[in-house]
Amino acid sequence: MPFFAPAQFLIERDDARCIRCLVCVHECSFEVHVHDPERDEVWSRDERCVGCHRCETICPTGALAVRLNPMDLRPNANWRPEHVRDLQKQAETGGVLLTGAGNDKPFRVYWDHLLLNASQVTNPSIDPLREPMELRTILGRKPDQLEFDDRQGDLVTEIGPQVTLETPIVFSAMSYGAISYNAHVALIQAAKEFGTLYNTGEGGWPVEFRRYGPHTIAQCASGRFGIDLDYLESAAVIEIKIGQGAKPGIGGHLPGEKVTPAVAATRMIPTGTDALSPAPQHDIYSIEDLAMLIYALKEATGYTKPICVKISAVHNAPAIASGAVRAGADMVAIDGFRGGTGAAPKVIRDNVGIPIELALAAVHDRLVKEGIRNRASILAAGGIRSSADVVKAIALGADAVYIGTAALVAMGCTLCQMCYTGKCNWGIAVTDPWLTKRLNPEIATRRLLNLLRGWSLEIKEMLGGMGINALESLRGNRLQLRGVGLEDWELKVLGVRGAGQ
Amino acid sequence: MSRFVINARGINHRELNVRVRTAAEMGSERIVLRNVHGQRYIGTNLRKPVRVEIFGTPGNDLGAFMDGPSLEVYGNAQDGLGNTMNSGEIIVHGDAGDILGMSMRGGRIFVQGNVGYRCAIHVKEYGSKVPVIVIGGTAQDFFGEYMAGGRVVLLGLTQRKGGRLRANFIGTGMHGGAIYVRGGVDPEQLGREVGVTEPDEQDLIFLSGAVGSFAARFGLDPASLLGDRFIKLYPKYLRPYGRLYAN
Repeated sequence: MPFFAPAQFLIERDDARCIRCLVCVHECSFEVHVHDPERDEVWSRDERCVGCHRCETICPTGALAVRLNPMDLRPNANWRPEHVRDLQKQAETGGVLLTGAGNDKPFRVYWDHLLLNASQVTNPSIDPLREPMELRTILGRKPDQLEFDDRQGDLVTEIGPQVTLETPIVFSAMSYGAISYNAHVALIQAAKEFGTLYNTGEGGWPVEFRRYGPHTIAQCASGRFGIDLDYLESAAVIEIKIGQGAKPGIGGHLPGEKVTPAVAATRMIPTGTDALSPAPQHDIYSIEDLAMLIYALKEATGYTKPICVKISAVHNAPAIASGAVRAGADMVAIDGFRGGTGAAPKVIRDNVGIPIELALAAVHDRLVKEGIRNRASILAAGGIRSSADVVKAIALGADAVYIGTAALVAMGCTLCQMCYTGKCNWGIAVTDPWLTKRLNPEIATRRLLNLLRGWSLEIKEMLGGMGINALESLRGNRLQLRGVGLEDWELKVLGVRGAGQ
Repeated sequence: MSRFVINARGINHRELNVRVRTAAEMGSERIVLRNVHGQRYIGTNLRKPVRVEIFGTPGNDLGAFMDGPSLEVYGNAQDGLGNTMNSGEIIVHGDAGDILGMSMRGGRIFVQGNVGYRCAIHVKEYGSKVPVIVIGGTAQDFFGEYMAGGRVVLLGLTQRKGGRLRANFIGTGMHGGAIYVRGGVDPEQLGREVGVTEPDEQDLIFLSGAVGSFAARFGLDPASLLGDRFIKLYPKYLRPYGRLYAN
């Protein structure tokens, strides 16, 4: 039965410029471009195009342009083209619609409604180019109080394990399997060179990466892939993944297309199977059980590493975060509903969870109110797009932020949201060796280092403008923020005043 | 063999495990724990092939992440036994609780009695590293859920004569490995992803080895166990949820 399934993108080919090099034909993993050797013509099957712009970027003569198909159905503010397309696809397949990357719907982005302060006349601003400016961030449980030896003045209080970041930006969890080997190499190299951390994600770790352990957060998720004592002991931090912002409350199925022999070996599952991450961790049905896993990991590593608990930003995130801290977590990561994913049901990605800005503010306030904020560092994740977002997150109460999508974009991602297909044309969200080779790990490392450097310089500029010379002084300092275009309840949750107040 | 005895009465898990580890590091090859009463994570941070004999009732997560030691429990064990265990052996002269062998990656577990819910969940396997679990008694629902590998044997010795395994949802989401059940199960008890077959020659070789080891550990006659009918449960699909999505 024929049905209406228009192309999402239209490919414009300037035949006068095309030199028939066929690079577009060879490079497109979605097989959009076709060469007819008899007529020596190149044409395109637009309906297959996902809008990644790979062909347009590599075409040596600039003969290609990929444009969004306006799909001029009768205008309808309710039944938008996306709904029509999704309905058609489900009527055709009867399946769950999948997607990749983060929530792309026009919900309010609170970062864009928060403005920063700057000093004028009093408390003079600081020029970070000439004056010392401290971005160093130390993550881990801080003691409730410090006790000193009466005679010598030596510190008596036992300080738990801590990790030091040179900038408050950490690469968030993206598993080996969801993203390529080369992408992992780049992230880990950049983290090492800049003095920050990278997160393995839940897919385990190729053993040759273990020498990078001191710059690594090793994840322990419901699938328990690739977890042994060497993995846990080599890392700087261990993270228990309870939830992910893009898909709170559900597990994950890494599609079989991406489970190559190398991925299968790392995860200890059959090649070509879907890697199943159950929705819950089946040894955690309560806060008490969470405490049990936290202490199992502490026992396994001799109490030498901070344990982080990562949760999705959901309605009752503050109570959950409080429970996690009381259960023994040294760090809590909160992942907002705009966080990315390698594969998630579209209906979950677009409808479940709450914005990180609100969740972060609420969690920080709750922990402060309960007098336990010192016991855990907070990592904010899910939709951090710029250094300004980082500064605002820290002012709302974060110790540091996780970036995932921003790092992928730095490596070349164009956010076509096709990560779940295993066909990423940029060699990023893919495991196919032929496609993986497109990402040069050295170039990608340099680009990630540039991102960290650029953001860090900008953060120093913003801090200096506020007359602050240490990031620590900004943490939870909501007086440096003002809201614009926000309602009273939103200002109240964020704990900020309106602009002009 | 150097033997070291620790009285676990009244000490918490952290201290007990430090003492066990210290004993192993000092060269004890056989460590005996007396009066164990709920202490967790025994064997977790030991990386030596020591033998630990546990008298009493060890707590949850016995041998979690364990790599190498062999633990023998003279009593019952609790939940999470062998959680994400990598290598070594755990023997229980009694019953064990829920999620036994969860995400196990290697090694062997032998339980003389019954086990709880969701045991052998998400057991892994790769190449020559194949975890083995033999349960003498019965198991509860969701046995072998999400199994990605490994070999699990359920003997049902604690059932009354003529009694049958009561568990449901056996092997739900299974996509690797094999489960052998002595006496068989009804199709309604199985997850939709599970197939049933007669053990072939390779399976019988495995069974005689695994059941023989079990019998040796508990002083039973292997011939009387192996004489009965076994069925093999296997994953019907490599990708049980491959058709779930609209691609």
